[in-house]
Amino acid sequence: MSKTAPDRTVEPVLLPTPFYPCQLAANELHDWGDWNGYIKAGSYSDVELEYFAIRSSCGVFDLSPMNKYRISGPDALPYLNRLLTRDVSKVRQGRVGYSVWCDEQGQVMDDGTLFHLGENDYRLCAYSRALDWLSWSALGFDVTIVDETEQVAALALQGPTSCSALKTLALDDLQTMKPFDLRQYQFEGEPMLVSRTGFTGDLGYEVWVAPDKAEALWHAFFSQAKDYMPKPIGTDALDIARIETGFLQAGDDFVPAEHAVRQGCTRSPFELGLDWLVDFSKPVFNGRRALMREREQGSRYRFAILDVEGNKPAHHSYILHNGKPVGTVTSAGWCPTAKTNIAFAQLEMPHGAVGEQLVAEIYYQRELRWNKVMAPCTVVKGAPFNPERRRQTPAPAL
Amino acid sequence: MTSYDVIVIGAGHNGLVCAIKLAQAGLKVHVVEANETAGGAANNREFAPGFTTPGCAQWLTQMSPELSRELKLEQHGLEFVGSNLPTVALAADGNALIIDGESVSGANVSAKDQQALKDFRRLTGKFNRLLYKAFSHRPPRLIEADFADRWQLLQLGLRMRLMGKDDMNELLRLGLNNIYDLLNEWFEHPGLRGALSLDAVLGTHLGPRSPNTVFTYLQRRLAEAWGEGGVYQVKGGLGSFGDALAAAANAAGVSIQYGNAVSQITMTQDRVSGVTLSDGQSLTSRYVVSNADPVTTFSTLLGYQNVETDTARRVSQIRCKSGASKLHLALDGLPEFTGLSLEDLGHRLVVAPDMDYVERAFNSVKYDEYSPRPMMDISIPTVRDPELAPAGKHVLSAIVQHAPFSLEGGWAAHRDQVISDWVECMAQYAPGLREQIISAELLTPEDLQDQYHMTGGHWDHGEISFDQVLMMRPFPAAAQYETPVAGLFLCGAGSHPGGGLMGLAGSNAARQVNETEKNG
Repeated sequence: MSKTAPDRTVEPVLLPTPFYPCQLAANELHDWGDWNGYIKAGSYSDVELEYFAIRSSCGVFDLSPMNKYRISGPDALPYLNRLLTRDVSKVRQGRVGYSVWCDEQGQVMDDGTLFHLGENDYRLCAYSRALDWLSWSALGFDVTIVDETEQVAALALQGPTSCSALKTLALDDLQTMKPFDLRQYQFEGEPMLVSRTGFTGDLGYEVWVAPDKAEALWHAFFSQAKDYMPKPIGTDALDIARIETGFLQAGDDFVPAEHAVRQGCTRSPFELGLDWLVDFSKPVFNGRRALMREREQGSRYRFAILDVEGNKPAHHSYILHNGKPVGTVTSAGWCPTAKTNIAFAQLEMPHGAVGEQLVAEIYYQRELRWNKVMAPCTVVKGAPFNPERRRQTPAPAL
Repeated sequence: MTSYDVIVIGAGHNGLVCAIKLAQAGLKVHVVEANETAGGAANNREFAPGFTTPGCAQWLTQMSPELSRELKLEQHGLEFVGSNLPTVALAADGNALIIDGESVSGANVSAKDQQALKDFRRLTGKFNRLLYKAFSHRPPRLIEADFADRWQLLQLGLRMRLMGKDDMNELLRLGLNNIYDLLNEWFEHPGLRGALSLDAVLGTHLGPRSPNTVFTYLQRRLAEAWGEGGVYQVKGGLGSFGDALAAAANAAGVSIQYGNAVSQITMTQDRVSGVTLSDGQSLTSRYVVSNADPVTTFSTLLGYQNVETDTARRVSQIRCKSGASKLHLALDGLPEFTGLSLEDLGHRLVVAPDMDYVERAFNSVKYDEYSPRPMMDISIPTVRDPELAPAGKHVLSAIVQHAPFSLEGGWAAHRDQVISDWVECMAQYAPGLREQIISAELLTPEDLQDQYHMTGGHWDHGEISFDQVLMMRPFPAAAQYETPVAGLFLCGAGSHPGGGLMGLAGSNAARQVNETEKNG
């Protein structure tokens, strides 16, 4: 690689994240992609090695492009309770909650995590750009909404050594944080927020700092924690990890309601297996009326995790019942740790009950030739990867 | 705590029509009215000692004889001192144009224009018969339409087709058009064009060249559906229309409570359970039907935080700024309008000398200015109904456009100047007018909002424009009177088919409440 950057003749379309110089130096493949308008690494060296870093040491992932909205003011709680489907009052200060939000038809607009930072002070992390919707939703509430995507850089540290690795940055008592806890620490005299959250279903943390601390944080972490074998990971490895542990990806496993063009292509929380996030004891929240109706009349689809025979990932496959298509696969992959072939499927009701036997019609190409496999599959309860250390407090040290 | 089946918010005409129909269906109905009298925008106002004027609306124009008979309003005291009255288009030289139904005379109007008006009325009458059918039912839903909706749409389409191919094509051609182009096509007399264009923009925030004004014209001229084109003057002022409705309501078993505003619509869990009044009193009911405008209903009475985002968003975007204001003059004697007979003075007098004049009057309101040369719709009610003023004295009531809702620099600072300018404008046609004035009152759009509880001062509770009519009125999820909040219905002018003292929103809403009551 040449030491001097070539003269630019065009303005780049994608923006660098605050960690970009570090990523650039670490990326052997130059496998770049677009995430929310920012440059993201698909992979740095080898997807399998990156995946195994997550599962056996510590994967380091730049999640700065995530949309981050600061919601504060006297009405922050009632505002969020009207916006989100779950009861936000149960997300206590210093805790993080996962939720979805719906439009008036009860269709999921997005999912994300809500950080309860302080009194009447929250941060909502979202897959989609949401400022417009959040602002409309503020009518009648005394809240301030600030898009702080640019003001916060974030790094996810995921895997069994993540606690020990992160502790090398002198984070006292880090191991006492429970899953979904968040805590204020310092890095080089500046505030650093740490949450025990992640997208891998493993022990892991997310670290939130000001953008001007990003590079220093990266370098400090990789040099001080090197004995714990941290490794930069890209979105490809992360995708395998999240499928293995049953996490939905907006845009893959459902079409955010505001992005959908065609009627009937969106999904309700019930249809995504997220019933537990819908709290009807709240008298009003977006989508409530439609979801009440759906609860009475039944859903159109059911979300199912399928254990597919063989090792061919059932990407975008039809799912058949007695030879008739009853659904499609939204995410699929061979799960290296669980050693199963997993697929997330959207099945027409009443299909998808745990234990149901179905068939995945899988097509794959080998040297320009299409092959077809009719792979039997079974609806399983829960995702295959669910290690004890994910929940353990104090977090296991390695 | 008193409990009802239905509480109606507001004793405006739509609220009362709805209340009567629900009581007739066997429900226990209670109406809560903020003001001391019934009728809403159809009320009387003593603006100077002994001088009474219709406070907001001044003519009855769109009330169908069918509904009036059904409500037995004449038995309950509704009387007219003038029926189907002609319109007199004022001219400074006294050579006024008189439009009486399908005939027009005066001001050297050509035979060609006289014939054209006949043909024009035939065509618009036909359109209005179609419109009247559509106005008398809830608007059909397009998405998630049920059988009744599909049947409605089918009938509408069929009726349109039955107008004949030429007329149907004509409706489709000009339905979305502006009145300026249409009247230029049909007529040559500037005064005739001006006077006709006035009905298209009265009460709106539109000028004759604004798209959509053919539709507002047809809506305003709904009476052509039953073969009438003139205005009605109610004996005792339009307040008597409100009184007759209140009497009919009482006779139907409706209880009405005056002088107490609803401060809040109360909810129990996810459905409305009654109202709280300004004096703290709580009333409970299974349904709440709001005759208040949609913005007041959702933003003030219910609170945006108690509805879903989509509802709050849509309501907040309803355009409801009016360009209309009211000028009331107490006069020492009968004003003399150049060239007009005493009989003429009892008619509807309009100042709209040509369409460019009306368009210019509209220009000012776009920039929060008032027009010193506005268009006017004038009534001198005391010509036919002397009891509205002390003996020998007269009342002049005028709807004056355009005036903005928020005047640059505020209304308080300019009130006297505005009155003076507008009297000056009127004096072009009645030179001695200024000297006859004992007292004058101006109700700006802001005043109309405060007095009649209409957001933006808009008597239609929301502009009659294509994005806000039929299945879009007041917003799609509430177009069939039932709102997204369980138990809450709308029955006012903000709902299909809009205001104008036609009572159809109220009667359609009642049908919908009854249907919900029956089917759950």
